[in-house]
Amino acid sequence: MALRDIAIVGTAQRPSEVNSTFTSVEILLPVIQQLLDKVGIERSDIGFWCHGSCDYMSGQPFSFVSAVDAIGAWPPIVESHVEADGALALYEAWVKIQTGEVDVALVFSNGKTTSGPIDQILSLQTDPYMVAPLKPGFDALAALQARACLDAGVVTERQMAEVASRSRRDANNNAIAFTKGNESVEELLAMPYTMNPLRAHDCATPVDGCNAVVLAAGDIARRLATRPAWIRGIDHRIDTQRLGARSMTESSSAAIAAQKAGVGKDRIDVAELHAPYTHQELLLRKAMGLSESTHINPSGGALVANPAMAAGLARFAEAAESIFAGSADRVLAHCTSGPMLQQNLVCVMEGE
Amino acid sequence: MAELCAVVGVGQTKHAACRADVSIAGLVREAVDRALADANITIADVDAIVIGKAPDSLEGVAMPELWLADALAAHGKPVFRVHTAGSVGGSTAIVAAQHVMAGIHGTVLTIGFEKQSDGNAMWALSVPIPFGMPVHAGAGGYFSPIVRGYIARSGAPKHIGAMVAVKDRTNACKNPYAHLHEPDWTLEKALETPMLWDPIRFIETCPSSDGAMALVLMSEERADKHAGRKAWVHATSMRSEPTAFAGREQVSPVAGEMCAADLWRKGGIKNPAEEIDVVEMYVPFAWFEPMWLENLGFAPRNEGWRWVEDGITEMGGSLPVNPSGGVLSSNPIGASGMLRFGEAAMQVMGKAGEHQIDGAKKAIGHAYGGGSQFFAMWLVSSTKP
Amino acid sequence: MSEADGLVRLRQPIGVTYNWSAGPNATSHLAGLIAGKFIGKRCPSCALVYFPPRNGVCPKCAKILAGDVEVGPKGTITTFCIVNVPFLGQKIKLPYVAAQILLDGADISMQHLIQECEAEDVRIGMRVEPVWKDKSEWGPSLENIQHFRPTGEPDRVMGTESGAS
Repeated sequence: MALRDIAIVGTAQRPSEVNSTFTSVEILLPVIQQLLDKVGIERSDIGFWCHGSCDYMSGQPFSFVSAVDAIGAWPPIVESHVEADGALALYEAWVKIQTGEVDVALVFSNGKTTSGPIDQILSLQTDPYMVAPLKPGFDALAALQARACLDAGVVTERQMAEVASRSRRDANNNAIAFTKGNESVEELLAMPYTMNPLRAHDCATPVDGCNAVVLAAGDIARRLATRPAWIRGIDHRIDTQRLGARSMTESSSAAIAAQKAGVGKDRIDVAELHAPYTHQELLLRKAMGLSESTHINPSGGALVANPAMAAGLARFAEAAESIFAGSADRVLAHCTSGPMLQQNLVCVMEGE
Repeated sequence: MAELCAVVGVGQTKHAACRADVSIAGLVREAVDRALADANITIADVDAIVIGKAPDSLEGVAMPELWLADALAAHGKPVFRVHTAGSVGGSTAIVAAQHVMAGIHGTVLTIGFEKQSDGNAMWALSVPIPFGMPVHAGAGGYFSPIVRGYIARSGAPKHIGAMVAVKDRTNACKNPYAHLHEPDWTLEKALETPMLWDPIRFIETCPSSDGAMALVLMSEERADKHAGRKAWVHATSMRSEPTAFAGREQVSPVAGEMCAADLWRKGGIKNPAEEIDVVEMYVPFAWFEPMWLENLGFAPRNEGWRWVEDGITEMGGSLPVNPSGGVLSSNPIGASGMLRFGEAAMQVMGKAGEHQIDGAKKAIGHAYGGGSQFFAMWLVSSTKP
Repeated sequence: MSEADGLVRLRQPIGVTYNWSAGPNATSHLAGLIAGKFIGKRCPSCALVYFPPRNGVCPKCAKILAGDVEVGPKGTITTFCIVNVPFLGQKIKLPYVAAQILLDGADISMQHLIQECEAEDVRIGMRVEPVWKDKSEWGPSLENIQHFRPTGEPDRVMGTESGAS
């Protein structure tokens, strides 16, 4: 069966903040409304709504239920939810449109990351019998991976600092980003370790944020956007989680997903990689075989604004926007989940 | 035009209050291994895995599908996690089916599970919202006022809930996997059990269970080559509405009615009561059976209770409901919806053993969640549409 | 730790601390409770009044609620249940009544306790009024109200006896 042509036709993101005193619903509602206005559609035009979020982050079981209040589910709607980043919700919406059941979907995600101890919460993803009781922090797990990469010569501290320096500079041009800076590589290398071998700037800034995109099929997409960002390939894969059971110096799931998404078929102008740690950006670039000519994270990436459960969808939004703006013709959006780049979703989009 | 999808294998755990004999991974593999064996494939044949479960605070593991990747031999494969509250078992099966219907994967393993004895289910389901008024009435306290509303509106006699409960618990005795095996219930004994949240009695309340359900789904191309009985997915449907809004119809939510209407339309069903042979619906409190019979379009408004009283929904009746014993007999929250969907498939595959309804050709699975606001249904048949 | 059949079960408490915000749209409602009043909010689109103003949003219209409206203090029971289940940490005597109360002027009911009458005397349509705790115990919470009790007024006929809001 031939796959349908499906594109992102509009995006909306809330500027990042920390310690937000708004509820998740109050944060979400204006973003959804803004997106609908941008694309020029009504709620009733949406055939399927799909949401990504994580109960554990908000401290309330079934917390996603209140998000239904933000989208105006009356009359009743077709909607679904994934306990994961909005990028996975986008995947579910893409699958649904592929079945032909709907033609237009709105995907949204939100994360009030700073309302809880995200480092502890994410480390609850680990093996509950063998690993979680040791209370490893999520940053610590990343640091273990960074150490392995440095020792293997796969990355250098200088390269990590280059990623940080570039990302912080690029963030100056991004209203959504939170952490901005103009430090040189030398200045960053001179900073102390916060979790050896990671320095503060090697770790993403947790922020409160939310975002949304609209997907549409075929001619509907052409009607809704002057230059839709067509999804040419999308795939996600997972690695073993067992620490030590896989190489920490590569990401095979990212490599497979990139290959299945067709990354290598042609040049990539812009790659928005969801890399909450600088060394992980380097690993992902290698895993996906990205060339030096690919512009990585012009938005600054997740490093400068990491709303957990929304950072992946933010990459999709940024990548799609570069197509809308005409500054790129073929882009890549990526989302990761789990410790040490365990699960990876890769998508290739093109302007027509 | 979507591909056809078939269920070719079904497997579930022995559901129990506490499966202390297995880890979370062990619980999941018990269902998975049975489903794989039933489908006569190995785990290596699986292209993708779609997992659903309810809030992770029930077990204390955040996003456990990530950790379970090893137990599921998922290295290098896609693993997808759905979470739509109580309906999750159903919506997970639908999402899995859609992967096949979209032509993306040919063999999909889908799992619903909950090992809620690992945590504290009552706490996890009623964590108080700050600044609110905790009345500590739990799910029963939420639904029983709605049941009261149904009784008042329909004029149903007070024993209907107990009748449903006795039916489901008796049916469960023919289901080796059911959590509760209680063969000695009579209506008299049932009516003597205490009211927990008046008007809901002790016997009319679902248990808290550990359990898992797994299904193997295949594309038409693969299913046609597969020797073995199949349940063809004719239609799926999902609808949602907000939990609470001014003027909301709580007894027969519009989202439920629309979900069912959409399913009948897609499945070409003009007269559900006549054309459907078996119903596996989500009844965690017994009174939901008459309420859902109306909501789904089987019985006319305010008449659902008569169908119960007339024995229509008994195993020997003209529209058997929950021959498996239903949620009233086993309730691992993340799995319950998939238990309904899977049991419906088992019926049309002729694999329901002692609780098989003879000649079942068309069956539906139904799940709901949240404040009766998320609905998921599927229609399966022994033949292609 | 406990052992059964050679298996070891280990209890690992997990404690996570969160900062929870009621959000700016709940401010007038919560300030009202501190002052001993019931302040709801109106939807600018459908004009219905929400008490409490859940998430500060009208779920039907997906609009931020605006416009404070004082409601109650009396209300009518739209539906209820009699709770007989002892709950861990429960302080309320069994059996107790948990009811949905439609405060005068509100368009959605709220949940609270009914006391000062026999459980079996509670009815749909019964008129009730709040019994506040001592002022010294007041905070930004519906727990300022100890419970609701019958006013003794004649019952109100409810539009739909569906358990609906």
